[in-house]
Amino acid sequence: MRKTCLDMVYELAKTDDRIVFIGSDLGAGTLSEMQKNMPERFFMEGVSEANIIGMAAGLAMDGFIPYVNTISTFITRRCYEQIAIDLCLHNLPVKLIANGGGLVYAPLGPTHLAIEDIAIMRSLPNMNIVSPSDAEEMIRFMKQSKEIKGPVYIRLAKGGDEIVSNPKNGFKFGESILMKDVGEVLIVSSGITTKEAIYASEELSKEGIKAGVLHMHTIKPFDYKSIIKYSQKVKLIISVEEHIKNNGLGSAIGDVLNDTCYPKMPKLIKLGIPDQFPDKYGTQEELLKYYSLDSKSIYHSVMDFLKSTGLRAA
Amino acid sequence: MQNNISGKLDNRSIYLRHLVIKGLAGGKRGHLGSAFSLIEVLRVLYDKVLNIDPNDPKNINRDRCILSKGHGCLALYSLLADKDFFNISELDRFCHFDGILGGHPEASKIPGVEASTGALGHGLSIGVGLAISAKIQKRNSRIFVIMGDGEINEGSVWEAALSAGKHKLDNLTAIIDYNKLQSYDRTSIVQDLEPLTDKWKSFGFAVEEVNGHDVTELEKLFLNLPLKKSSPSAIILHTIKGKGIKEAEGNPKWHHKSKITESEINKLYSELELNL
Repeated sequence: MRKTCLDMVYELAKTDDRIVFIGSDLGAGTLSEMQKNMPERFFMEGVSEANIIGMAAGLAMDGFIPYVNTISTFITRRCYEQIAIDLCLHNLPVKLIANGGGLVYAPLGPTHLAIEDIAIMRSLPNMNIVSPSDAEEMIRFMKQSKEIKGPVYIRLAKGGDEIVSNPKNGFKFGESILMKDVGEVLIVSSGITTKEAIYASEELSKEGIKAGVLHMHTIKPFDYKSIIKYSQKVKLIISVEEHIKNNGLGSAIGDVLNDTCYPKMPKLIKLGIPDQFPDKYGTQEELLKYYSLDSKSIYHSVMDFLKSTGLRAA
Repeated sequence: MQNNISGKLDNRSIYLRHLVIKGLAGGKRGHLGSAFSLIEVLRVLYDKVLNIDPNDPKNINRDRCILSKGHGCLALYSLLADKDFFNISELDRFCHFDGILGGHPEASKIPGVEASTGALGHGLSIGVGLAISAKIQKRNSRIFVIMGDGEINEGSVWEAALSAGKHKLDNLTAIIDYNKLQSYDRTSIVQDLEPLTDKWKSFGFAVEEVNGHDVTELEKLFLNLPLKKSSPSAIILHTIKGKGIKEAEGNPKWHHKSKITESEINKLYSELELNL
């Protein structure tokens, strides 16, 4: 997904001379073709993330569309004020490509695990957030990314992730995609947790349980209309996020349900990382299981709810 | 250099300070000390140096001046009002609920303000981006970024300085208002900046120090930029915080004042006249 996303920056730059790329101190050979063929629009600025955000703001003030790339935690934690003031207050079209969203950097530990990046970005006025499910969806998003007026935080998965998106669904910024039809349950996911949600839904269907999957590729602006619509059809909404439970996808759903306040509301279960820094290493898959974010855990969470409420025999 | 910065002010410098006090009276508050050290450099920039047009403030070919030390905004407002970027009466509504002039400048509200500042250490990076943009587009726009001495405690300033040196941005001029007094106390006590000229030189800048209140000297320097071909310029202004009001000069209590009364305002106006 990362390579696809960066390759798309070069593709877009070939036909639009407003597009520039700014990296921090990325891996050797990153976008080498772009560097070779359009050196005046390729920047590798060193380990100085705060400066990179400000520099991107300056370029954007003059009409350029900068795509900035570095590791997620360094963008969101280190550069918060630059992002808030230089990008969001000025509402500039700078795209932040964040490597290692969620638990991707499992072996590298808490300094590199982006577990609260969405919470940070979601709290900023004018910021937009996207978290595609796979490389093919990333292409569909990137094609329209330069048209988005304000700043965008693009959360990347590890790369080589299974393709679960469907070209028929297309990609409309700000509009979620229903990947599985809704029954008594709706699973809401984003990024690679959509894959886990789809597998969970398929397992549940073997038990005669129809669990819809709503892929929320855009987390801000939030597609509250779909949540309201489906909330009137289901008994349970279960959110699955590779992120702390605070102020991410599940919280966004909770806000919508709370603000809508229809007489009949479904139960909301938030699956996510508890309010703590991860204390294990290993792989992303291992951490997903550890935090009950894999398809089996989703399956069991749904079954437990249905049994505890008497909707299914215990 | 620092011995003669306590010299007299001419009519225009006093008039511009009058406008600052007008804003101060409007908002009953403001960073007087931080504004008064900046008047002469802003005056020289807006009177003689910058290619800008109040009737076409977004012209792509203009020069850009960013007041990175946003708290000195009353000085910038006085120049922008004087140049008719907005009506001078806006100064009376400084910090008012529906005024356009806040305690820190906002680009979306004020014609002639290039970037919203106030959080320190942002302006030079934005200036680097604007300077690179001008180079890519082969425009002659020059970028000026005015920073405070306290402000350059921020690490982000030095990240930006590295970048400016690397890209040989000779269309970028960093201006440091070295009044040697930050909010709490003297810079030499809070966070010593010396050797300041050597620091900027070592980051790839051509550097000059100047009496920041000497209009003739400032003009000489600013009309001959860049200081060196293929290098960004840094100009260190030796200034007096609160310059023009004896009680405020070098007095940290005048970094920012609030709840200013009418009689205090009148006293400020009459003290200004003593400079003539």
